[in-house]
Amino acid sequence: MATVELRFSAVPGHVRTARLVAASVARKAGVDEAVLDEVRLAVGEACSRAVGLHQNSGITAPVRVLLIEDEKQFSIEVGDEAPHQVHDGSPGASEDADVEVEEDEMGLAVISGLVDDVKVSTGADGGSIRMTWPTTTPPAAVLP
Amino acid sequence: MDLSLSTETVGDRTIVRVGGEIDVYTAPKLREQLVELVNDGSFHLVVDMEGVDFLDSTGLGVLVGGLKRVRAHEGSLRLVCNQERILKIFRITGLTKVFPIHTSVEDAVAATD
Repeated sequence: MATVELRFSAVPGHVRTARLVAASVARKAGVDEAVLDEVRLAVGEACSRAVGLHQNSGITAPVRVLLIEDEKQFSIEVGDEAPHQVHDGSPGASEDADVEVEEDEMGLAVISGLVDDVKVSTGADGGSIRMTWPTTTPPAAVLP
Repeated sequence: MDLSLSTETVGDRTIVRVGGEIDVYTAPKLREQLVELVNDGSFHLVVDMEGVDFLDSTGLGVLVGGLKRVRAHEGSLRLVCNQERILKIFRITGLTKVFPIHTSVEDAVAATD
């Protein structure tokens, strides 16, 4: 198992870097070329969400991205350190909070639509999104 | 690639040509442009996305926000897009039912409903 780990300050400008790195590692891991656009979009969504969560919670810690190459699959795990709370939608909630929740849900909707194998975990100390794609194994060399 | 924006007026329609990447970093620039147009009285917008290389949910949010703003003035926001990878994001989120999506700027400008 080979892993590339990327940590970046929670600022929007670095999300593009994360997308480029993830797509590059995914290509090297054997993810189908036709799926790389989806990988790029999905990891961007997950990183944008993490950046938003860190900024909204005033967390200075970096966003963490793990790019994990296994034998027959490639996984990306984007972790945040923001405490996740359930939005109750109660009257009086600020409009900004509503917009944040809407954007968060839209991002997750895109990820769910793009990636068949996705696991979202949340907790008081942070959360993570793990997305997995199959890889195409090059045919084994035939020895004479 | 960064975001590029330009506008052109055709009759009562304002065409917004967008190029580059619309993501969490660049989307605020597009939001500012749409807000400015609506504040200046442009309520019928055509957003030409043929030059867009990348679009994420932040960009979708900005377009939805633009649509809400023009609708408040009985206006319209039409999209021009032929790129499958961009159209796919609209389909996944169900926004193909929200935005009229045209294959050319001419079609979008000529459309009435």
